Amino acid sequence: MTGPRFDFDKPGKYIGQPTKRGDTKRLLRGRGKYVDDLTLPRMLHAAFLRSPVAHGKILSIDITEAKKVNGVIRIFKGSDFIDVVKPYVGVLSHLAGLRSPPQMPIAIDRVLWQGEPVAMVVATSRAIAEDAVSLIEMDLEELPAATNMETALDKEEPIIHSEYDSNLSWERTVDVGDVEEVYKRDDVTIVEKQFRFGRHTGVPLEARSIIANYDPSENQLDVYYSGQAPHMMQNIYSKHLNIPEENVRVISQDVGGAFGIKIHTYGDEFAATAVAKIMERPIKFIADRYESFMTDIHARDHVVNGKMAVSKDGKILAIEFSDITGIGPFSMYPRTSAIEANQILNLTGGPYVVPNYRANSRVVFQNKNMMCQYRAVGHPVAMAICDGLVEEAAAAINMDSVELRKLNLIKDNAYPTTTASGLKLDDLSHHKAINKLVEMMDYEKLKDENNKLRNEGVHRGIGFVSMIEITNPSPAFYGVGGAHIASQDGATIRLGAGGGIHVSSSVTEQGQGTNAILAQIAADVFGVNIDMVQVTTGDTKTTPYGGGAWASRGAGIGGEAVYLAAEALKDQVLDIASVMLQSKPEDLNISDGNVVDIGSDDNRISLSDLARTVYYRGNELPSDMPLELIATRHYRVTDMPFVFTNAAMAAHIELDVETGIIKVLNFWAVEDCGRVINPMLVDEQIRGGVVQGIGSALYEECLYSDEGQLLNVTLADYLVPMAAEMPEIHVAHIETPTKTSVLGAKGAGEAGTGGAPAAIINAVNNALRPLGVTNFQIPMTPNRMLETLKAANFK
Amino acid sequence: MKAASFLYELPEDLNTALQLLNSSDIDVLPLAGGQSLMPMMNFRVSQPDLLVDLNKIDSLKKIDSDSNSIKIGSMVKYSDMEKSDLIKEKIPLINNVIPFVAHSAIRNRGTIGGSIALADPAAEFPSLLVSLDATIELMNIKGTREVKSEDFFTGIFETDRKTNELVTSINIPINKSPKKFGFYEITRRHGDYAMAGAFVTTDGDKKEFSNSRVVLFAVSTKPLRIIDIEVFLNGNLLNDVSVQENAIDIINGYEFEGDLHNDTEAKKTYAKVSLKRALGELNG
Repeated sequence: MTGPRFDFDKPGKYIGQPTKRGDTKRLLRGRGKYVDDLTLPRMLHAAFLRSPVAHGKILSIDITEAKKVNGVIRIFKGSDFIDVVKPYVGVLSHLAGLRSPPQMPIAIDRVLWQGEPVAMVVATSRAIAEDAVSLIEMDLEELPAATNMETALDKEEPIIHSEYDSNLSWERTVDVGDVEEVYKRDDVTIVEKQFRFGRHTGVPLEARSIIANYDPSENQLDVYYSGQAPHMMQNIYSKHLNIPEENVRVISQDVGGAFGIKIHTYGDEFAATAVAKIMERPIKFIADRYESFMTDIHARDHVVNGKMAVSKDGKILAIEFSDITGIGPFSMYPRTSAIEANQILNLTGGPYVVPNYRANSRVVFQNKNMMCQYRAVGHPVAMAICDGLVEEAAAAINMDSVELRKLNLIKDNAYPTTTASGLKLDDLSHHKAINKLVEMMDYEKLKDENNKLRNEGVHRGIGFVSMIEITNPSPAFYGVGGAHIASQDGATIRLGAGGGIHVSSSVTEQGQGTNAILAQIAADVFGVNIDMVQVTTGDTKTTPYGGGAWASRGAGIGGEAVYLAAEALKDQVLDIASVMLQSKPEDLNISDGNVVDIGSDDNRISLSDLARTVYYRGNELPSDMPLELIATRHYRVTDMPFVFTNAAMAAHIELDVETGIIKVLNFWAVEDCGRVINPMLVDEQIRGGVVQGIGSALYEECLYSDEGQLLNVTLADYLVPMAAEMPEIHVAHIETPTKTSVLGAKGAGEAGTGGAPAAIINAVNNALRPLGVTNFQIPMTPNRMLETLKAANFK
Repeated sequence: MKAASFLYELPEDLNTALQLLNSSDIDVLPLAGGQSLMPMMNFRVSQPDLLVDLNKIDSLKKIDSDSNSIKIGSMVKYSDMEKSDLIKEKIPLINNVIPFVAHSAIRNRGTIGGSIALADPAAEFPSLLVSLDATIELMNIKGTREVKSEDFFTGIFETDRKTNELVTSINIPINKSPKKFGFYEITRRHGDYAMAGAFVTTDGDKKEFSNSRVVLFAVSTKPLRIIDIEVFLNGNLLNDVSVQENAIDIINGYEFEGDLHNDTEAKKTYAKVSLKRALGELNG
């Protein structure tokens, strides 16, 4: 280190400022480069025939008529992939006992869920491909299906995979302390509730999209891919299509939202890529909205029986629950479908001191679309269980739930510490957060108002959640289990001849503003105006190797790598400048695009003059001087498995007891993601997350018939939260930087989604309790609320 | 989700459109705003051989009135009605309802004729027109006929329109003394198709219900005019709460179909609540 380190106490021009994103003008002008915007020479289009039933034996597939359609080039069945694709298996070794059979892109002799691809038409246009799909004649023998996860383990249910003895994919139990001893005590209050979480999905604006192109002359596969983890997909295509990893390039340019949906191996995308290799031509597949609802991974779908014991004075003594979740017929590859259940076991009760904890989760196969990781994996369930029970317990012992939280939340000065389930925690601020929250919302006044209005027949409720969020994961998440998923990320920064810098990073941008914060960090730490910073992400050929976007890691891990690379580049520049300027490097700094003297800030040489000298007139420099004006640094979290954040949130709702409709009046979130790099972007991440959480609590649910038919496949039937219904979402921050990095940034991407459902559930129950009823099933639809209100006592 | 192939015509006058619609050997559909038809074609629920686009026929885009009625051309868009001072002045209920019809982007294209020819039972306008006792004008190459709105809607996505006919205009009577209106719809999100909705109209110059109309929507296969309630209401005081309660009780005698999100019982509750609140609007 030669020049001065970045001084966070003296805020820079960019870090900590609501700097505007550089890419918004381009996106708003319609100049985005999404996969569907791209047309390659000789490109063909794919459409799929999909299983109309949840479980069936394929007797025959007749493509005679379909092949006759003008413009149809070729039609593929499942068996056509046997020699091309190595089957994939969605298990991880650190999830002991997890089992799932090998998968292929297209069903071969049996279909296991409605929507599973059974044939693929390749044609000169998508419309023609769809014409042909409708002419394929498939003869299916429908088989009995196990669709209901709650009965999937019953003896009477059909076993989906005959090689197994049951439909169980994975089970784990955590047992800490002795909950039974607590229950025996006569001075404890025990509350029990069943929680039901609907199955829902991510609904990104841009559906899953892919163009795969294979050039046999170089054995080179290029995949334009709307996704979150290009390097992970590079490895998967290499491994399962038998192409050297170096010869696979995955390019993710603009991505229109992902939310964890676009980080998995989908049969249709895999088939399109394999066919590109078979046909040696570019193949485009764009999922339409119908296919998105039917085949994008679904998430949640948990039924949890929860129990909490508290002492008379409000101390949490024990938490216990059993969870069951249905994941479809396979565990998704490569991240598996057991992570959500695992997270629930790990995270529940995490904000609190919980001396006794017993929890069990069973992950079962069923004949439905597959389930996997979606934004805030497991968090909304874990937080709703614990904080739902907290509110029940508080009501049972007649204590304000905020008081009960304060009694039990881990003290802000008690870190580092470990949760009941064994998670290591550090640098959290639950008490600061909840204190700031109740002040922000004027809790006491709001409570009085609610009480007054209740007498006038207006039913309002306030609900809270105190939460933790997993961010900045180390290899403990996937790497240790054998998945080729990087938890480290890299950044390369290069000084251009014009004095600007180019940042290339392995984290990715799906619309959340990652590129903007990388630019802010680089500009501040290196010392140039942000207009002089270009950022490239999402290309395995041109960026360093890394994990991409998942588990809220862009700022904390990708940002730290940029920080380190910017410092390294600065060192290189100052070393060269010191020779050119006959000064000591430690007396120089970079400011606003110029090398300056420390102290006086006098300009000595502009970065462009320095770069031009190095690049064009090297003869002016000593012959032994290093010429590097490019630096690469990688970063991973080493001290902790994960860097946790915390938040306290509250919702204020009004329940229309005649219609069952819930209106969210107000929402508050106080969140601690460590150092805030861009408060505007962090606030919007929180708000967007809260909106998604409100969606799951009130609107979103994939509805299946008993036979396993998905009933809502349009945006008219699957309701997403919309602007008109959203409340003002007030956001405030506590900043407790993580000690694991220089920057001190933790993730902020999932807190809203993880916490909002619990706050809404608790607010609705706060309104319901005076009527003598409660409801812990989401989404809280008007119909469900009317059912609940049937038993209400309106006095 | 790409439409099956089809032929497309863009006639500039009504006669040509009617000639095209008169083909008996092929399946012809008129295209108005396309806000429902295009998605249905993309889902391949609808696969016409020929699409006759009506958007260049200016004669269908007029809003006129005389002393007895207001006449809205079938190709008048929601957004045009929203901006029409004539409609605002003569029949303010229409203006009150339009903001509840989907979203402004849809209203910029969706037309009154398209909406009623589609006859979605959850849409506002079919029931609105029945509550206003509107008349639908239909044309084919042979001539014109008029159908009472109440008789026009026959079922889910079904109307009295023959395949060779076009809805050309909607005529709404203007009463000498303006009517009083009550309207309420229950939706989970603003702009959604309603879970239930109600229109109540009555003569505006009286304290009692008189010549009232009660029409529910989104609870049946078509606009549900409940004459029992109208008969019960007529002659009773507008602001009598017990009258309102007894009127709502009449709904208990009806059965409603559930839908994807709501069971039959919930539907009945919504029907009652929407009527109660529409009656409340009347006094508000």
